[in-house]
This record gives sequence, structure tokens and C-alpha cells, in this order.
Amino acid sequence: MRRYFSRKLLIYILTFFLAVTIDWLIPRFMPGDPVQNMLSRAMLRADAAEVMYGYYTKAFGLDVPIGQQYLNFWNALFHGDLGTSVYMFPTPVTKVLLRAVPYDIFLLIPSILLSWYAGNKFGAYAARSKWLDNTVSPLGYVLTATPYMWLGILLAWFFGIVLGKFPIAGAYSFNLVPHLSWMFIWDVLKHWFLPFASLFLVGFGGQAIGMRNMIIYELEADYSHYLEALGAPRSLVRKYAFRNAVLPQITGLALSLGVIVAGALVTEVVFSYPGIGYLLLAAIQNQDYFLIQGCFLFIIIGVLFANFVIDIVYLLIDPRTRTGMMGETA
Amino acid sequence: MSLQVEHLTVYYQTLRGDVQALEDATFTIEDGEIMGLAGESGCGKTTLGHSLIRLVPPMRYVRGKVKIDSEELPIWGMEEMNPFRFKKISIIPQYAMNAMNPTRKIGKMTEELLESRKVSFSDTLPELKRRLDMVELTHDVMNMYPIELSGGMKQRMVMVLSTLMDPTLLIADEITSALDVSTQKAVAEMLVEFRNRECCNSVMLITHDLSILYQIADTIMVMYAGQLSEKAATHTMIHSPRHPYTKLLISSLPKVGVKYAEKRLKGIPGSPPLLLDPPIGCRFRERCPVAFDKCLDVPPFLEIEKDHLVACWKEFERDA
Ligand SMILES: Nc1ncnc2c1ncn2[C@@H]1O[C@H](COP(=O)(O)OP(=O)(O)O)[C@@H](O)[C@H]1O
Ligand code: SF4
Ligand SMILES: [Mg+2]
Repeated sequence: MRRYFSRKLLIYILTFFLAVTIDWLIPRFMPGDPVQNMLSRAMLRADAAEVMYGYYTKAFGLDVPIGQQYLNFWNALFHGDLGTSVYMFPTPVTKVLLRAVPYDIFLLIPSILLSWYAGNKFGAYAARSKWLDNTVSPLGYVLTATPYMWLGILLAWFFGIVLGKFPIAGAYSFNLVPHLSWMFIWDVLKHWFLPFASLFLVGFGGQAIGMRNMIIYELEADYSHYLEALGAPRSLVRKYAFRNAVLPQITGLALSLGVIVAGALVTEVVFSYPGIGYLLLAAIQNQDYFLIQGCFLFIIIGVLFANFVIDIVYLLIDPRTRTGMMGETA
Repeated sequence: MSLQVEHLTVYYQTLRGDVQALEDATFTIEDGEIMGLAGESGCGKTTLGHSLIRLVPPMRYVRGKVKIDSEELPIWGMEEMNPFRFKKISIIPQYAMNAMNPTRKIGKMTEELLESRKVSFSDTLPELKRRLDMVELTHDVMNMYPIELSGGMKQRMVMVLSTLMDPTLLIADEITSALDVSTQKAVAEMLVEFRNRECCNSVMLITHDLSILYQIADTIMVMYAGQLSEKAATHTMIHSPRHPYTKLLISSLPKVGVKYAEKRLKGIPGSPPLLLDPPIGCRFRERCPVAFDKCLDVPPFLEIEKDHLVACWKEFERDA
């Protein structure tokens, strides 16, 4: 058990280390000079600009050799310091990100969990009814094949513009100041609904299809046939098939997490929803390298963490991984 | 008489037409009989076994009647068969290695299976433990997952499970094929022990390995390309086979005195016909050294001596 965990943990740490290193490389190898870029917007006189350039290069820590920069980066990282945003100067990147992250959580967790739950329920249901299978399965294929952006735009157009039922930009109305009231909560939920729905629908389709196929596969597995040969009622055969079909669905969720997060980024852009995705777009448009770097870092941490959680859940519920593990240490 | 099969015909439905895997099988198995069912791979042994207990698409019931303890089995009905399964007729499937749900502890699975058949698990437990002892498995297996058992252990566990309700007929499909030679013998002997202790009344032991049948079968029935060729007591079958196919089969094996030979059925010139479009008449005709014009009709499966059945026109003529 411990050996399994330490090995898993090591893999996660290595992945994290590598991903962060790549993340650190990106702004340094991207065309353009962030400081120059910021200064050019200030429209300073040439000599003043030169002084300021020197000052900012120092402030951003870009005046030391590249190896030193790398070490400083890790050091700062462990102190929770991701540098200063150029675009929202002088707010620290960490602070900018922490303002955005709650929106991502608010959007992602419900859509992932609900689409997983509902998709699996529906898929299992479809697997046993011909009629449902013929309607839900094609729909599921269409949904899961729809790019997030399209679905987002379609929903925004239909519910926001044609029906005018839902707002299509922001996390709450611009004329409201965040405060605790039913009116405000209602407003927040209305803004949340469409981006949530587009993430939910794509996820739902994928999960439903996956579950349907897995159940059908499990019902054709040897152990199902054996139960049938011994006269076990359908309910028992189904129960086992469902349980065993859910397991790969959990791994599937871990694998698709990256896609879901990417989908959330795009969806936030479509709905101007102020999470990391929206921030990332702004950061790119403004060539705010530190902010870009910070956004990616948060995404990396988020995806790795979620994967780790799913790994543990899987470990707890699938005896095959558990016993496989014991065999390893033996 | 524990099993009576009459004119049983079962096909596989495929896109290219019916695979005629079992044609007009008529035979019986007596109380306490261990009948070996032999024949080359693909001749329809598994088809015959499965059609008696779990006849599902792409298998298609064409005609025929099956009686067990003089009661007719509704083999054509998936649901109708349920009361008979496990209690009257049971199977150790060819895929016994994967027959148990990998994510359930074996004890738990057994409990759920029994309770689903309205049999009390706690009442059955003492007998279950006795049988685990019989096959030399520790009682701990009940707390294990299938993955924790070796192949031989799984095989024996499934043997215990399948016979727990003391079925009238046990179908044992290639139960020794996946095992190494030393375990093969042990498992085969356990099967005899099960029959002797009446954990099952009679056994249909399917195998393509004749040597195991020499050891434990009371009778042997040989199939060729979906048709029954010959059935006789083991001794008769080995020393005086009558059907041309069986003769070739037996003579292609090493001397029969070598009881535990590991030789398999093999090496007769030609190959079995495809069952999608089998030849008319006797399906062995094209490879038969003594075939003649009468063989264009299907030979009936007749008793030419007491308890010795053959389907061959040549033999009928000789006896006439
Ligand atoms: N699912 C299937 N679909 C079509 N044909 C099948 C199927 N299963 C078996 N067959 C055919 O039926 C014949 C008998 O198969 P089987 O009963 O498994 O033979 P055996 O058990 O004697 O090796 C073979 O020719 C095989 O190709
Ligand atoms: S019936 Fe004819 S072809 Fe068939 S085994 Fe007998 S002699 Fe040979
Ligand atoms: Mg077979």
C-alpha cells in the first residue's frame, strides 16, 4: 500500500516538476518583451523609458542569468509568489488568480460531478431499453462530439438572444455590487447557468455513451454469462455489470479531465465568465507573461490534484488494483 | 435415465447464413454416468453443452426435445429455463478462469447468487465448506477475490460453485484443458469424487483430450462436424470402435495401454467441413476411406449392440 502510494506520488511530483518547468520556459521563449510591451503602453519619453526599463527588468527579476532566474522562480513559487501582473500592474499574479479561481470551481465541480452522475445513470438506463438506446445514444454522440465553443455560442444565441431568458456575459450584472441577498444570488445563478449547461451537456453525452458501451460489454463478459447459466435473475446480472462498468468510467473521468478544463477555458471566453480561462485570454492579449504563466500553473495544479483524487477513489473501490498492489509488494 | 435428448438441432445465426453446429442429436445419459464428449475442436461439443443450459443468440433453437429426470426442459426460453438451471442442470464453463465476477469476494458472490435463487446461504455454508475440503481449497477463498486464486484454484472453485445445488446433470466443458498435466489428473479425479458422493448425478465431460476420458469416463460419445458418430462404453470405444472416424481417431493415438498419455486428437488426412454449408448426408464422407453411394443420406444414430450406438451406413450393412 505504502509503496504504491509513494510510487504514485513520485510520478505526480515528477509530472508537476516537468509541467512547471515547461510553464516557466513558455514566456521566456515567446516572441516579444513583456517589459518593453508594458512601457510602450505608458507612452514615456525615450530616456525615461530607458530608466524605467532597467527598473522593471530588475523588479521582475529578469536581470540575472537564466539559470538563476529558474532557481529564483522555484524559490518564489514555494513562497506563493508568482510575480507581478503586467496587465494589472502592480497586483501580484497570485492575487489576480485567487480572485478568478472560485469562479472556475463554481463552474467545474458541479458540471463534472453532475454530468458524470447523470450521464452514467442515463447510459446504464439506455443499455437496457431498446427505445431509449435508439434515441439517447445518437444524441449522446452528437453532444460529445460538439466542440465546447459551438455549444456555448449556440446556447448563448438561443437562450440569451432569441429567448432573452439568460444573461450571456459576466458572473453577475454589471450594475450590481456583490452582496448577500436573494436578488444577488439569483442573479449569479442566472449568469452561471448557461456556461454550466454547455459544460454539462458535452460531458453528459460522453459519459452516457461510455456507460452504455461499458454495460453492454460487461453483460457479454464471461462472469455475466456464468451467472445467467446458473439461473441468476437479471437484476443480479445487471447489478454486477453496472458496478464493473462504473470503474472504467472513473478512470475515463481522470483521462478526460484535461479536456474538460480546456473546455471550461473556452466556455469562459464565450460567456465572458471571469475564471482562469477568461483571465488567460486577457493575459495573452496583453502579453502579460507572468499572468499567463500563473494561469497555466493553476491549471496544472488543478488537473494533477483532481487526477490524484480520482486515483485514490479508484484504489478504494476496485479490488483488482488493491490486490494487484499487494502482489507487487509481496 | 437422467438426460434424454431427441433430434436436438441448434444453429448459429450469422450474416452469412446459419452455421449448422449441431444436427439432429439423439442420445441419453444414464443415472450416475460420466459421459465423455469428444471430437476435434469446432465439431460442436460446446454448442451441445450450452444449448442444454443457456441457449442464447446467435444460437438458434431449430428443433428437438430435451428431458431431464423425465421432465421436459424449455431450453428455447431464456426465462423459462431459470428454475431448472443450477438445480437440475449446471455447467462448469469452458471459460471457468473468468467465470467469477472479478470485483466481488468469492464468498459474497456465492451468497448473492444463492440468495437470488431463494436458497439460504447460511444453510448451505456447512456443505460448501465440506466441498471446499473435497477439492482441497482453504475456507479462506471465500474472503478472496478471484484474482488472488491460481488457475487451478479458480477451476476447482467454479466446480464447487456449479455443483452446490446437486444438479442432476453437470456439464463440464474442457475443465482440464487450461491446466498443466499434474493438475489435470487431480481435477479429473475430483470430478469422479463429486459424482461418487452424489454432488451431481451424471456428468457430460466435454474435451478434445481423449486421455482424460480413458481415465474417468464411463462412456464416450464422439462427434464429427455437428453430427454424432458413435457412443459406447469407454472400454468398447477404445478396443472395438465401429465408426470409421472413431477408428481413425483411436488408431492415431499412441497405444491405449499408455493411460495417461498427453496426446490429443489429431492427424487424420483432410480437414472437417465448414458448418456454414456442410455436405449433405454423412458429413465425414469426404474423408471416409469406406464411403459409398448410400452415404449421401444422413445415417441414423442406431444401437448396433447393447449400449453401442453408431451412425454409419457401412456398419449397418455389415450387421445386416
Ligand atoms: N458465436 C458463433 N457464431 C457463429 N458460429 C459459431 C459460434 N460459436 C461457434 N460457432 C461455430 O460452431 C461450430 C461448433 O463450435 P463449438 O461448439 O464451439 O465447437 P467445440 O466446442 O467442439 O470446439 C464451429 O464450427 C464454430 O465455428
Ligand atoms: S456413413 Fe458412409 S461416409 Fe459416413 S462414416 Fe459411414 S461409411 Fe463413412
Ligand atoms: Mg468447445
